[in-house]
Amino acid sequence: MRRSNSIGHLSVIIVFMSIMMLPLLGTLLYSISTSWSSGMLPDGVTFKWYKILFVEHRFLQAMMNSIMVCLGALILTLILVVPTAFIVFYYFPFLKPFMNFIILLPFAVPPVVSSVGLLQIFSNDVITLTGTPWILLGAYFTVALPFSYRAIANNMANLNLQDMLDAAHLLGASTFRAFFTIVLPNLKTGLMISLFLSFSLLIGEFVFANILVGTRFETVQVYLFNMKARSGHFSSAVVVSYFLVIMLMTILAGQWGKKQ
Amino acid sequence: MAFYKAKRAALLLLAPFILTFFLFQVLPLLWVLVNSFKSNMGEEWGVDNYQFILESRYFRQAIYNSLKISIYSSIAGMLLALPCAWSLHRLSGRLKEATLTISNMIANFSGVPLAFAFVILLGANGCLIALLDQLNIGHGFNLYSAFGLILIYSYFQIPLAILLMLPAMEGLRDEWQEAACLLGAGKFRYWLNIGLPVLMPGILGTFIILFANAMGTMATAFALTGGNYNLLTIRISNLISGDIFLDPWLASALSMILVFILMLVTLANEWLIKPGRLRAKVK
Repeated sequence: MRRSNSIGHLSVIIVFMSIMMLPLLGTLLYSISTSWSSGMLPDGVTFKWYKILFVEHRFLQAMMNSIMVCLGALILTLILVVPTAFIVFYYFPFLKPFMNFIILLPFAVPPVVSSVGLLQIFSNDVITLTGTPWILLGAYFTVALPFSYRAIANNMANLNLQDMLDAAHLLGASTFRAFFTIVLPNLKTGLMISLFLSFSLLIGEFVFANILVGTRFETVQVYLFNMKARSGHFSSAVVVSYFLVIMLMTILAGQWGKKQ
Repeated sequence: MAFYKAKRAALLLLAPFILTFFLFQVLPLLWVLVNSFKSNMGEEWGVDNYQFILESRYFRQAIYNSLKISIYSSIAGMLLALPCAWSLHRLSGRLKEATLTISNMIANFSGVPLAFAFVILLGANGCLIALLDQLNIGHGFNLYSAFGLILIYSYFQIPLAILLMLPAMEGLRDEWQEAACLLGAGKFRYWLNIGLPVLMPGILGTFIILFANAMGTMATAFALTGGNYNLLTIRISNLISGDIFLDPWLASALSMILVFILMLVTLANEWLIKPGRLRAKVK
């Protein structure tokens, strides 16, 4: 009975996956076709769109910009969130529900709403961050915060912080030293997984990048949006290249997860 | 004593986090809240903006469209994700792992690239449309309509729903199905009386997250229709960065309406997934 059932489940998954892969496969096929006027298959196969794409300065620059700003935002997020999670868990456990509450705020305030305020707050005579990548670091921190805090907090809840720190203190280590030599190495797996997953999340962000910065510091999403007038084959090549980056990040996250 | 001293120092170390969070999350929201009550190009205080929005057919339509597309796409996403999540739950080993990895990847395939992929497939000259035309089905399909948007929204809702429903499925024990079977219940009875009630809190919570996700998103519809389709998020964006008419105060009032809806559902979700409540429902 179990066996016949699992064939049923298998077919559900296969049908579902084929449909979900359609847009991706279509885009992939479109990006390597000379033209595709009608019918099941394209008229001919070519790599010329990729050849054009990979020598286009504006695309390479946009990819570079995206990677830089995502990495920067992730480093900022880790520097801010890891010590905060530690302090909350070790010194002020009663703040845990409060933290769980405030990390919900980014869900209730979508990027387009934050942008309304950010655009006004950070473009005056004293401080002008709009139009520069710097404002994205702060904005992306709020995007990555819920996911990275949850991942780090879950990881920390599994460590016995109190005993760990007591042992370190008995052996003469300061809390500061114990944090760097004991707590951090124990968080490594959780940190790496949340890093890769947040990276995919951030590199897919469009609203903040488009409204706050726009073409002055083009990310790959804004670049793709601005390429909408170009040939569909060309933009398909952009979409496929972008998806390869996401794929790499997801697989890396999975690898780290297995090590655990 | 030393611990208290360390505690005070630790409090100081929280400052960078609090400051950044305040500057980039709290302050923008406060700005929006306060300025939503400024009208007449920021000259006068009052509720004029809200009144204007509620009396304007155009803005009411934007709110209505956003709600409609979010509700329909959440229901469609949920209905398609449930059997998939169940089948995925029953599978094991490498296959389950591989499917989950692909599903997670697709969950990140949204916004501008997704809109482009759909245009290539189902746009006016899309390759699938050409195929359907030859088979003489699907005439009059328009990707840039409400139906097209619901379709594309459902696409990115499904992997998210699967991701959220899988843990809830773990709560369904095999023994229950066996026990129900022994007591003479068929598959249908089992799902109606045991399966669905147990999954209900999970389904409701997931539905709310899908709904909030669809309400707040903008990139997909923006890339697809170039900001022409009348949605709440697109109206806000056009009022702060469009080329014709800028009114950040009106945008603020629209934003507060959106935030109010999202806060309501986020809080409802928190209330639904409280562990005690879940158990009470199962009982």
